[in-house]
Amino acid sequence: MSELTDLYQEVILDHNRRPHNFRVIDPATAKQEGYNPLCGDRLTLYLTVEDGVIKDVAFQGSGCAISKASASLMTDAVKGKTVAEARSLFDRFHQMITSPPGSALPELGKLSVLAGVRDFPTRVKCAGLAWHTLKAAVSEQAAGPVTTE
Amino acid sequence: MTMAIAISFDVDTIRADFPILASSVHGKPLVYLDNAATTQKPRAVLDALTEYYTSSNANVHRGVHYLSGKATDQYEQARASIARFLGAAEPREIVFTRNATESINLVAQTWGRANIKAGDEILVSAIEHHSNIVPWYMLAAEKGAALRVIPMFDSGELDLEAFARLLTSRTKLVAISALSNALGTVTPVAEIIRQAHAAGAVVVVDGAQAAYHMPIDVRALDCDFFAVTGHKLYGPTGIGVLYGKAALLEAMPPWMGGGDMIASVTFEHCTWNVIPNKFEAGTPDIAGAIGLGVAVEYVSRIGMDRIQAYEQELLAYGTDALRQVEGLRIVGTAPRKASILSFVMDNIHPHDLGTIVDREGVAIRTGQHCAQPVMDRLGIPATARASLAMYNTRQEIDALVAALHKARKVFG
Repeated sequence: MSELTDLYQEVILDHNRRPHNFRVIDPATAKQEGYNPLCGDRLTLYLTVEDGVIKDVAFQGSGCAISKASASLMTDAVKGKTVAEARSLFDRFHQMITSPPGSALPELGKLSVLAGVRDFPTRVKCAGLAWHTLKAAVSEQAAGPVTTE
Repeated sequence: MTMAIAISFDVDTIRADFPILASSVHGKPLVYLDNAATTQKPRAVLDALTEYYTSSNANVHRGVHYLSGKATDQYEQARASIARFLGAAEPREIVFTRNATESINLVAQTWGRANIKAGDEILVSAIEHHSNIVPWYMLAAEKGAALRVIPMFDSGELDLEAFARLLTSRTKLVAISALSNALGTVTPVAEIIRQAHAAGAVVVVDGAQAAYHMPIDVRALDCDFFAVTGHKLYGPTGIGVLYGKAALLEAMPPWMGGGDMIASVTFEHCTWNVIPNKFEAGTPDIAGAIGLGVAVEYVSRIGMDRIQAYEQELLAYGTDALRQVEGLRIVGTAPRKASILSFVMDNIHPHDLGTIVDREGVAIRTGQHCAQPVMDRLGIPATARASLAMYNTRQEIDALVAALHKARKVFG
């Protein structure tokens, strides 16, 4: 039960119930779809990027508590950051949710509440969906919808 | 008679035949309710695999030596067992494939490519698994044919009046599942076949789910093709069958080329073997076929009618039990259903439910169940699904319900 309560911490359940930045940005400088065909999680990420800085970021979509909370926490974390900083955050977040249980965790502030995901390998894609979508949204090449498959 | 059969069904004895059912998950007794994905294997099947590799292993249809003859006999006996199980007229109407997906693709790539032309129509239904949509989508795209969809009602029941309207002289093929994996709907497949034949169309039945839930008689159904996968029928993975009427199979061109499917080969000219060998290029999954033969003998000894009667009781019990869970809605409420219970819960995504009940030892499937059009049609992203087999019990349904209450607690 302890791993389960680590996964579904109150902070995560709060973000699931009342996600932050859960809205549309129109017009946005970038809009990216993300989709997990395995479970049907689907989100649209909106970005306003000016001079390499993420001025605004928001999302819409439906998904499990983990994917929704992760998207909500991500939007809080990257707002005001440069694109380069957001990419670096992606790398550290990805490292956190895929590191072997028991190993040292990168310092990630509020994002650390999602560290419990690493004990649930089948849920890593849920936590990663918003981040993969962000990575695609800020990539130079235009891309189709991102999927986690 | 039916009553007596149902009462005499001894689930404890059946459970004892399945070694994995005695195992634990996260420190809790395993409650395996994901049978629509794959069923567990009885010891008789596991023993048959070991026995084959221990004392019969050789290639089939090739050698003059003792072991090759023994392996060939066992492989062909398995084919005969499966023919009997499905009610086929003769064993040569049974083609071994990898699974139901391959069986359907075989029909699309051989019968389909030879017979479907531009302007023709292929009918599928709204409840289909991706494996009975995509092969036809690919064929239609290649040939300039049209894919039409028999709609369903919100309950998951097919709209037969719409089917009758869709059926025209342009309809060349109807591909229909006998049982929906996502909703549990039992389709009126005999009636669909009768009407399709009256319109001159060939019918492919996806029997992947139906084969382990109800008695099948392909001759009584009069279907042209019937696709089965072994691993949902208590058999090994990697083996399935395609039933096809002999006359149709004989007229069809081969699909994969290679050893065993030919009568003679020169660089200038090849001729094909007789059915079913014409469709079995290369060394088949011999052990898998033998294992599946043992699996159908195993369920035949119990009796598919008794299995069906027992599972219907479980379905009724499970439906009542789930309906009493606060905030739970059953998805798929057709009048004729098999023991598949799809559901959603208020404010808890199916994926979160799946993770939480797993920690209680309860294995259910969550997601779209390879039936994205069903989810889109119902306007839901996913469902949780408990699919019950002959070895499941009322106590296991109670364990699921208790785990769902726990999920409610976690989510406050």
